[in-house]
Amino acid sequence: MRIELNGESREIDGEPLLARVLTEAGLPERGIAVAVDGEVVPRATWPQHRLADGARVEVLTAVQGG
Amino acid sequence: MSERADAPLTIGEEKFDSRLIMGTGGAANLEILERALSASGTELTTVALRRVDVAGGTGLLDLLRRLGIRVLPNTAGCRTAAEAVLTARMAREALETDLVKLEVVADERTLLPDPVELLDAAEQLVDDGFTVLPYTNDDPVLARRLEQAGCAAVMPLGSPIGTGLGIRNPHNIEMIVDGAGVPVVLDAGIGTASEAAQAMELGCDAVLLATAVTRAADPERMARAMRRGVEAGWDARHAGRIPRRYWAHASSPDREE
Repeated sequence: MRIELNGESREIDGEPLLARVLTEAGLPERGIAVAVDGEVVPRATWPQHRLADGARVEVLTAVQGG
Repeated sequence: MSERADAPLTIGEEKFDSRLIMGTGGAANLEILERALSASGTELTTVALRRVDVAGGTGLLDLLRRLGIRVLPNTAGCRTAAEAVLTARMAREALETDLVKLEVVADERTLLPDPVELLDAAEQLVDDGFTVLPYTNDDPVLARRLEQAGCAAVMPLGSPIGTGLGIRNPHNIEMIVDGAGVPVVLDAGIGTASEAAQAMELGCDAVLLATAVTRAADPERMARAMRRGVEAGWDARHAGRIPRRYWAHASSPDREE
């Protein structure tokens, strides 16, 4: 199956669990927030959160601003 | 709201000894930012939320943690209440804070707040348990509506973001201060230290600025100037200035003829 991670299409092999996808993408564990299809997914539920085919995953962090 | 002269700045549950809130936007690199933040004496600094860049990592957050400066995430770039609410929720998740600088701007050219979307977003975020600091127009009526919606502070602009045009309507800022029961933070438009002092003399409880420092030729020196400007203005406000007179009033005794 494929998902979209920060606007880039990604092939997912194996279990499409959010925590696993984030780790494999090399993302830091702290200081980030994740929305799937426009809804925030709380950190505590990342290990169980199963992504659907075509899910749009947005991962944000703090940058200089304001 | 004008607090007692010796009281710390209190926003929601948070207390701050410094009345200068510095934004991190515009600094050329983290080293320059660190020196400017340290020189400003700030205890609260704004950050924006953007897509994570794997190479970039989370260096900014590491820096702020090391300096012991609390983080105020903003919703910069949002045009609608829905976008701002989602961004605020992402910020709370990423940064583990209920504080949010709520920004909902109408267009890129002016970056002026969209009052209708702003009030809508403020109401939703207050209901959701956020400590909301809205970036607002210098409109006393809108400021009152935001306070009534439960915002923890109101943050009127002096002039549009990044312009350095100072405080274009001081009378409106005074009216906002007179009507407010929450802290008033002058946000946006400050260009130099005298304008930061002016904001405090008008009765503001704090000043928020970024560009004036980060894009100055010497950010560290300008940060120090801003700290002193804010402190000077706060002291002047609470020192009880002399009345303005039409004619001169000698400060030396009369000469004996």
